[in-house]
Amino acid sequence: MKYIDEYRNPQLARKLLDEIRRKTTRHWTIMEICGGQTHSILRNGIDQLLPDTIELVHGPGCPVCVTPLESIERALLIASRKDVIFTSFGDMLRVPGSSKDLFMVRSEGGDVRIVFSPLDALQIARDNLQKEVVFFAVGFETTAPANAMAVYQAAREGILNFSVIVSQVMVPPAMRAILSSPDNRVQGFLAAGHVCAIMGYAEYEPVARDFHVPIVPTGFEPVDLLAGILKTVELLEEGRAEVVNRYGRVVSREGNLVAQETIGKVFEVTDRQWRGIGLIPGSGLSLRADFSQYDAEKKFDVTHICTSESPLCMSGSVLQGILKPDDCPAFARECTPEHPLGATMVSSEGACAAYYNYHRNAYLL
Amino acid sequence: MTIVPVCPSPILQHETVQMAHGAGGRLSQTLMQRVFMPHLHNAFLDLLDDQAKLDLPAGRTAFTTDTYVVSPVFFPGGNIGELAVNGTVNDLSVGGATPIYLSAGFVLEEGFSLVELETIVKSMAEAARKAEVMIVTGDTKVVGKGQCDRIFINTSGIGIIREGVNLSCRNLQPGDTIILSGTVGDHGMAIMTSREGLSFQSRITSDCAALNAMIAAVLDVVPSVHAMRDPTRGGVAATLNELAVSSAVGIEINETAIPVKPDVRGACELLGIDPLHVANEGKLVLAVAGEYAGTVLDLLRSCEPGRDAVIIGSVVNDHPGMVVMRTAFGSRRIVDLPLGEQLPRIC
Repeated sequence: MKYIDEYRNPQLARKLLDEIRRKTTRHWTIMEICGGQTHSILRNGIDQLLPDTIELVHGPGCPVCVTPLESIERALLIASRKDVIFTSFGDMLRVPGSSKDLFMVRSEGGDVRIVFSPLDALQIARDNLQKEVVFFAVGFETTAPANAMAVYQAAREGILNFSVIVSQVMVPPAMRAILSSPDNRVQGFLAAGHVCAIMGYAEYEPVARDFHVPIVPTGFEPVDLLAGILKTVELLEEGRAEVVNRYGRVVSREGNLVAQETIGKVFEVTDRQWRGIGLIPGSGLSLRADFSQYDAEKKFDVTHICTSESPLCMSGSVLQGILKPDDCPAFARECTPEHPLGATMVSSEGACAAYYNYHRNAYLL
Repeated sequence: MTIVPVCPSPILQHETVQMAHGAGGRLSQTLMQRVFMPHLHNAFLDLLDDQAKLDLPAGRTAFTTDTYVVSPVFFPGGNIGELAVNGTVNDLSVGGATPIYLSAGFVLEEGFSLVELETIVKSMAEAARKAEVMIVTGDTKVVGKGQCDRIFINTSGIGIIREGVNLSCRNLQPGDTIILSGTVGDHGMAIMTSREGLSFQSRITSDCAALNAMIAAVLDVVPSVHAMRDPTRGGVAATLNELAVSSAVGIEINETAIPVKPDVRGACELLGIDPLHVANEGKLVLAVAGEYAGTVLDLLRSCEPGRDAVIIGSVVNDHPGMVVMRTAFGSRRIVDLPLGEQLPRIC
């Protein structure tokens, strides 16, 4: 398959691994930002193939994992309403709120539907004018353009029975938060390729400069990841705090200007809570005042939310690369995909789920 | 202009299923006579008794049941009717039984098209003929609009277990070879890509097929096969995990050996779904002592549903109850059970 097989080529992977071994002279800690990268690393066993001196820690780039519990509770309340068709990407349905998830709401009679695009949700709104259609707009910069487009299109067509719960977050402020933490161990980053496809990589240059870390936009296939790791190691070994693109077939320095413009039309930057991590200033997007009628949290009165997180869950430390999933005492004991204590054990991009699926009982492998 | 006189008698010619079709009265009879009997009739059904009276050949009897609720009812490569026949034939066959008789129970939603029902019944008859089994008893119920999704079918089946054959998921032994009869994920992805809401076109067709002839061909020559399973829901990953747990052995498979059709692979990549977790309806996973692996492989490949059969791995002493994959890069990872519904990822 074109654009897949050449990036899963074992010979090429071996060459890159040899090169990484040759270039590495000391211990380096590198964070891959995106949960999709984490899963590819674990699934393909890339961490097992790297020299012991290269430690990969897993970043916060799992939209489902960082969506605040309050937003999930609001979503559950709205989805339970008789007059609502609640639409979401499939991945959100299993994420636990304080006491239930969207699957349970569906089993109790809520009309909860999986969509593949926010524009599909808008179509459901066109087809069901007597119902309120709500879309759970979660994600990083990757999902922001399509989510923005759905709201923009609804406004253009004057569709009034459509609204969104916005939980959009952005990578660079999270990187700054991680690097500013006294517990930080990260020395270099593999930036999330698909986020960079939208935003470009110019916005990472100030982060690299301010914190003196190399940042390498990287793809998701094994050869992509190894090429990204090799470049990061080279930059670290040479002491160069630069941004160097290793996902050239998708990412440019400027990014997708049309997509950025669409985001800007509909959303504005805001402070945002990250589940497990806390408030990160300027790290989120919210609807601009012109589009406030599409804000589901305003449309439905769901302001008084009480939430409770499991005291055992350490996903905040996992999401910041301070802990590995299997360092958590609850991992694969109290916390499993069947009984998750936090979202990182649920999402297909969550680091704890990746460790559980591919690596639990790693001593057996 | 001719005026046709209209007689005010009840309408017996409907285009869709009515509640009265399941009420046991004249409309029920009409449904039997016009839709079911023309296609399914045989010496047992023709008697119209409440039960089939069967003389079974000598040997141990295998008995199984399964209910089919697939949506959409018609999918590329088949429909719910042939799925219901082939699925039960396969459930008997993987136990080493020769399937003989089937029952068929229908739950129909009020308003379901009679033309579509007839198409389904016709393909059940065709599937039964191909698999050399007889549908000898049946039942139809009609439920109100919205109380079921168009049509549900239950089939039960009886087969006679071959002498000298002992297939069980508890029989795997270290040193066994694991063989897979063809490409994975065809049925599940055919269903998923033909569901509403997924706006891409694909040419993926279901692998829905009866496997009894192929299984017979294998067991005729190698009756000592240890275990056979058809990897339906949960895919090959779930089947291998069940085998490993039941037999308390480890299973090792090679990533590069798993055959996946390019279209299926593409759709799985797009949706973020592992082909090993996707359902199959015409595939076989079997475990056989290593010395017979070559013979079994040749036998499978000589049959149509097994033409792409491959050795995918082996049974080991290590990590009992766990399936481990050697990746294309030489690393190892766990092949886990899927948790539940396959959920497309966010980005």
